[in-house]
Amino acid sequence: MILEVDKLQIDYQAKDGVTRAVDGASFVVPEGRIVGLVGESGCGKTTAVRAIMGVLAENGRRAGGRIVFKGQEVDAATTKRLLWRDIAYVPQSAMSSLDPVYTVGAQIVEVLTKRGNANRRDARKRAAELFDLVGLNERRLADYPHQFSGGMRQRAAIAMALALSPSLLLADEPVTALDVIVQRQILDMLRDLQERLHLSMVLVTHDISVVAYLCDEVVVMYAGQVIESGPVREVLARPRHPYTMGLRNAFPDLMTDAMELVPIGGSPPDLRDAPPGCRFAPRCPFVLETCTTGADGHSLANGHMSACRRDGEADLLRKEALDPVTWQRSSSFAAS
Amino acid sequence: MAALVELRGVVKHFPVARSLGEIVRGKRPAVRALDGVSFDVGSGDAVAIVGESGCGKTTLGRLMLKLAEPTGGSIAFDGVALGGLSGDGLRDFRRQAQLVFQNPFDALNPRFTIYRAVAEPLVNARIDKAEHKDRIEKAFRRVHLADFDRYFDKYPHQLSGGQLQRVVLARALVLAPRFLVADEPVSMLDVSVRAGILTLMREIREAMGLTAVYISHDLALVRYLCDRTLVMYLGRIVEDGPTEAIVRRPRHPYTRALVAAVPVPDADQSRIALPIKGNIPDSSEPPSGCHFRDRCPLAFARCAEEAPALREAAGGHRVACHLELA
Repeated sequence: MILEVDKLQIDYQAKDGVTRAVDGASFVVPEGRIVGLVGESGCGKTTAVRAIMGVLAENGRRAGGRIVFKGQEVDAATTKRLLWRDIAYVPQSAMSSLDPVYTVGAQIVEVLTKRGNANRRDARKRAAELFDLVGLNERRLADYPHQFSGGMRQRAAIAMALALSPSLLLADEPVTALDVIVQRQILDMLRDLQERLHLSMVLVTHDISVVAYLCDEVVVMYAGQVIESGPVREVLARPRHPYTMGLRNAFPDLMTDAMELVPIGGSPPDLRDAPPGCRFAPRCPFVLETCTTGADGHSLANGHMSACRRDGEADLLRKEALDPVTWQRSSSFAAS
Repeated sequence: MAALVELRGVVKHFPVARSLGEIVRGKRPAVRALDGVSFDVGSGDAVAIVGESGCGKTTLGRLMLKLAEPTGGSIAFDGVALGGLSGDGLRDFRRQAQLVFQNPFDALNPRFTIYRAVAEPLVNARIDKAEHKDRIEKAFRRVHLADFDRYFDKYPHQLSGGQLQRVVLARALVLAPRFLVADEPVSMLDVSVRAGILTLMREIREAMGLTAVYISHDLALVRYLCDRTLVMYLGRIVEDGPTEAIVRRPRHPYTRALVAAVPVPDADQSRIALPIKGNIPDSSEPPSGCHFRDRCPLAFARCAEEAPALREAAGGHRVACHLELA
């Protein structure tokens, strides 16, 4: 395992109290694998990744849990040393990782000279290599970010992240704002880079199709917690948590014949007032009395983890989840 | 069925800042957002316009609602040219044609209560105030916010994304329009609430017999909502046909690449290389002839010389390509 995240807890201090944005999330990144961290906005996926990088917002703080990188515990002091050299981060909007008043080349050279102690001549040579690696013409190093299209900016941000040859790359929604063709080109490039540079990767996304296309492993988050994880093929073919089952059926799929959408009622909970017990319970059609109290379930078989208390019945529930009528049973259906 | 909206040779250019050299040489560079677009939207139909950013789809939607004026060509609504509309005629058109905004978080004034936001189109259309409450309640029932009293006095920030999008829809429906243009109606919503909005939009359109144009980059979504799809590339329609046929058997080389690029939630999907090269060129300097030719794997000499017309192909398609594509 190149990265282990164990029972991570992150709090945000706000005027009206503390919000626990990540509450006991655990997952691992095996060496040389691409892990998809998937969930809706507010589920804590970006916060978790920013905590690994030690770049939480000012009002955020690690309240508990461990982050272990290559067998070594990572805390506030060690992340500074690891940042860029061993772990690199491509933030959500590529535009925000690039400074509009400097040329893209100057920014990559700066990373190489300031953080990597390269001299300027070597740095310029390396910048050209990096552009070549991500499929950009090295002449474009002299351009400013605004002269780039969205896809090119994303490529440049990835080139910059790879400048100091990190072994782990964390990418937050790297293809979200992009058109499908550009999106596919970037995903193919990420897979190619992973293979050529033997990178390990965490890809944060809300799009389960992107996970299906690119990732080896998937970690599904809901309301600050990991509710299911495992090999992508296994989790998508046989989801065991009702939320994952719901996500799988809730969006039109271009190639299947099924044209009936199955909406999940309600919306994710407000984390300042998270429901007791399983956080998906208010939206879950399979909820039992026992789901709303006590600790979550945790069943693990062949690397496939589910936090559903009814995991023993997962095969049956999965069949029922295909029927839209099933979802109308949940208490929050009418209120969506 | 008779056409409700007719577009003929619609052109829209946006002038861009000129360099000194261009001023000296008398050149007037422009972004050619639309470059001769013609089609009809049949009464009661649901038509999708798909394409990547910069293809002109959003501009097209704005022109159909007379929120912008075309540089050339004509658009008619119910047989009346939009270009000549003013006064009462224009007000009447505005009642019948409505826009559903892309981002529900921006679409509503944060200082207005939900009631006032939904009442605004009624005020603008000079509907008698005595009718307001009744019409608003009806619109709320349509979008399945039957407990409307709960929402009327709230402000947008107090509602969830799904609820907001329902309010935005109610606002578009409050004048009982005949024609709706929706630009990326669910792209800002979380995945788990999208399906609810999509099923609702389909239900409303069928129940009210609305004519609708959905603008989106997402073919999977369009397949759920629309029977017919127009595919645009750099200001021109490259393919037009039944959505199912376009998804299953795309004919234009661009549509083929677009369909192949859509990710599906299946880990065993094929990962074939995309049949397309490079990036979208600058729309102020599109290639001569066919706009797609410099990215097309099948391009040949004629493609640079002559822009292919949109012509009938098998299966009810219209395709703008010089090749006979089976």
